[in-house]
Amino acid sequence: MRFRDYRRKIINVVMLSLTGLCALASVSVLFFVLGYLFVHGFKALSWDFFTKLPAPVGESGGGMANAIIGSAKLLLIALLSGVPVGLIAGIYLAEFSGKTFGFTVRYVADLLNGVPSIVMGIFIYTVIVLPMHHFSALAGGLALGAMLVPIVLRSTEDFLRAVPRSLREAALALGASRWKAIATVVIPAAGRGITTGVLLALARVAGETAPLLFTSFQSQYWSQGFNQPTASLPVMIYTYAISPYENWHRQAWAAGFILLMLVLVANIGARLILSRRASPARG
Amino acid sequence: MATTTDILPSRSGNGAGGRLSSWKRRLLTGDDIAYLITLAFAVGVVLLGVLLVLQLWWQSSLAREKFGWQFLISSVWNPVTEQFGALPFIYGTLVTSAVALVVAVPLGLGAAIFLAELAPRALSEVMTFVIELLAAIPSVIIGLLGIFVLVPVLRIYIGPALQSVFGFLPIFAGPIYGVGLMAAGLVLAIMIVPFIITVSREILLAVPADQREAALALGATKWESTWKVVVPYARSGIIGSVFLALARALGETMAVTMVIGNAPLVSTSLFAPGNTIASVIANEFAEAMGMLNLQALIELGLVLFAVTIVINALARLLVLATTRRGSTHP
Amino acid sequence: MNIRTRGTIPVLAVTLALLGLLTGCSQQKSGGPSGVLTLNSAGSTLAYPIYSKWFSEYHNIHPNVEINYASIGSGGGIQQLRSGTVDFGASDMPLNDKLLGTFSFKIVQFATVLGAVVPIYNVPGIKTDLHFTPQALAGIYLGNIKKWNDPAITRANPGISFPDKDIVPVHRSDGSGTTFVWTDFLSKVSPEWKAKIGSDTSVSWPVGLGGKGSEGVTGVVEQTPYAFGYVELIYAIQNHLAYGLVQNPAGKFIKASLDNVTLAAQSAAKDLAKDIRVSITNAPGPDAYPISTFTYLLIPARINDSSKRATIKDFLHWMLTDGQNDAEKLSYSPLPQQVVDIELKQIQEIH
Repeated sequence: MRFRDYRRKIINVVMLSLTGLCALASVSVLFFVLGYLFVHGFKALSWDFFTKLPAPVGESGGGMANAIIGSAKLLLIALLSGVPVGLIAGIYLAEFSGKTFGFTVRYVADLLNGVPSIVMGIFIYTVIVLPMHHFSALAGGLALGAMLVPIVLRSTEDFLRAVPRSLREAALALGASRWKAIATVVIPAAGRGITTGVLLALARVAGETAPLLFTSFQSQYWSQGFNQPTASLPVMIYTYAISPYENWHRQAWAAGFILLMLVLVANIGARLILSRRASPARG
Repeated sequence: MATTTDILPSRSGNGAGGRLSSWKRRLLTGDDIAYLITLAFAVGVVLLGVLLVLQLWWQSSLAREKFGWQFLISSVWNPVTEQFGALPFIYGTLVTSAVALVVAVPLGLGAAIFLAELAPRALSEVMTFVIELLAAIPSVIIGLLGIFVLVPVLRIYIGPALQSVFGFLPIFAGPIYGVGLMAAGLVLAIMIVPFIITVSREILLAVPADQREAALALGATKWESTWKVVVPYARSGIIGSVFLALARALGETMAVTMVIGNAPLVSTSLFAPGNTIASVIANEFAEAMGMLNLQALIELGLVLFAVTIVINALARLLVLATTRRGSTHP
Repeated sequence: MNIRTRGTIPVLAVTLALLGLLTGCSQQKSGGPSGVLTLNSAGSTLAYPIYSKWFSEYHNIHPNVEINYASIGSGGGIQQLRSGTVDFGASDMPLNDKLLGTFSFKIVQFATVLGAVVPIYNVPGIKTDLHFTPQALAGIYLGNIKKWNDPAITRANPGISFPDKDIVPVHRSDGSGTTFVWTDFLSKVSPEWKAKIGSDTSVSWPVGLGGKGSEGVTGVVEQTPYAFGYVELIYAIQNHLAYGLVQNPAGKFIKASLDNVTLAAQSAAKDLAKDIRVSITNAPGPDAYPISTFTYLLIPARINDSSKRATIKDFLHWMLTDGQNDAEKLSYSPLPQQVVDIELKQIQEIH
């Protein structure tokens, strides 16, 4: 073989190995993050961490119990406000919409999806926090809910459209009215996909910090009702991480570990459910 | 794909006549209720979007009237004298995104090529799954690792190394704090790489096999076939994925604000501290002194939003163009 | 319904129930005699350690009162108070009449403790306390003094060998009362500073990194070699950071402590009688610490909610009497008796 061919062969091997390295590097980042959080956060995980309120500044001890409950509360509000809107609007797009209005709705949903989360925080601040005259869990939950809407809408529409024509025709042929066909046949058939879509969307907003910064704000106590500011895991991680206190740093690692585990479990779970999904035409 | 609209195009009532007028009868069957309810929610979504844009517009009116287009090119951000110019933040946003792209695109494209062309199917699926999980990591956690791992590494190892070799270039000059534009660019790269990989991989997989086979039949090596035939074929889609990643990078807040050094300055060096639009809003919003300051920050949010819309739209057009194209290639 | 969906609906229901249970656990009635009264406040990071302690102790005495404090900087405290999103604010910078004019309601200002802003630094290899002249401090933040071995610094510290390294000045990136105190001092001692930059909670810094809150500045200095910053004394102590001595107008280098901060306040006794919003930086007196300050709680004069009003007034009273005993442990100087007397009477102004 001539020199040129040797050169081409070498380039071939080198470049292909490089791509392999790129892939390896990308994959290993996740494991690095997980591992680092685990090693540093595990030490701070204690019964106190899950049950105690934060201690006064500079003192040792204390925990993040209020942040964990606060985040749960925010997610509940987000779920109750954002998911129904996304779901029902998704049903509209998949089952009832005409061409132009459907395009408009999809376009606006895409727009909402692309809104930087901090801008969403500004929006909720101006429409909810300012008129109410205080920061509140409600405002934080609504900010997260607003972020849920486009995600849930898209995935609902996609999964509904994936239900084959034959199912709908069968229902209608049996005399069901349109809404009955949708409610009792189409939606359940897409049910697993829709649920996992909601789960993934929740996991996505559970880690959002920016929209909470000036909506649910912060609190050192248990969150009271829905009208008061509340602590939340991501905001606490942020506050503790940029502080100088070693005690707080350790708690930030622990909280980061918990948050990451929850997000990953939700993601992995959702994808596993999806992949085990039998074809909707059967059963 | 089917919808009930296709199957039953006309919503005919239950025959003519009868004592109830036809619309009341339709109402009783529930179809129209369903239609109206779902329509209401869909309209609600549109209203939400419209309200968002309007609020951003109205709540920044003071600042817009005062500064006009100067806002975008003035580099003075002084809450005391109430002069607000967005240039340092636009600069910071652009520079950090550029750094992120410079690092993430080769890395991401390389990984995508490996996953689409080389890896056996099973391995490719597993690795892609793991990379998708990377995209799910919350920004604040990447920021956490940024502060305690990346910043010291930059300050102690990477920064001095770069400076010793490339120090003559203005972008690598100046003191190395660890935090700064480069640190922010690197955390952004970590966050956008998964998008580039997953979308590019899909696009590469969609390239018809005959393209590759033709190249190989002509005697090309695997790499040559990939780089000179497959990738150019998928070019617009890959660029689309880059735009998508860019749109994501522009709006990232937490990880960036934790490592960027928080200084509203325009500096040539990548090692210098800076600020992006998102990070300055996060830092200053809760304590903006006075209405003008607050509205200037909201105007910044509006600018960011506008830019993200444009880039997202471009991205979708590009991806759409690739997937719609047949097997011919201009 | 078909068999496959039987799994997902119950799972969703259980998840919702769990979330609901979780939230229910922490639910209490708000307000009212049997419920919890929540007060929201925000502001100064300088005073955060003492307020955090006070609110915690007050909660122990009155378990149904939860006073929430967000340490977002004095600028934030003022802004949130103005927007009405908090019940009261905290600021190291007293509100002058011009600022008061921007509020749509009347504010009563209460000095709470005395604090000291100290220069902190992180120079590897130097463990002793460094001496800083006012000109050195101004020069560092103006960008005129770039290296640690600059004569302005070495002259005041004979016998210590300084490395030939760049100083990394760290300032506040948020609206800060600590910044106000620091720049107020610099404006008094450096005409160049006063002309170019001035003093406020947020200024246009020519150089340096930004840290968010006193916590952020302390964190950055702690982690960045050759860094220099300014924070409240307690942050330096709690984080075991070296803090330097500052030269006062009498020419002496003073290391901030409870006594010499109190001396700074005493030297302003006459002015305090007229208006407690007096600046005590660069105070005369041979042993006074030159960067001392009062820190203030900003209370609306009119509070409509009767339980909130009663609680705030009671807290203020407790703060001015028992609360002062906590100050020293956290390295804040208690208020001079003169100020306490004035403010005990001032509580009546809240109606």
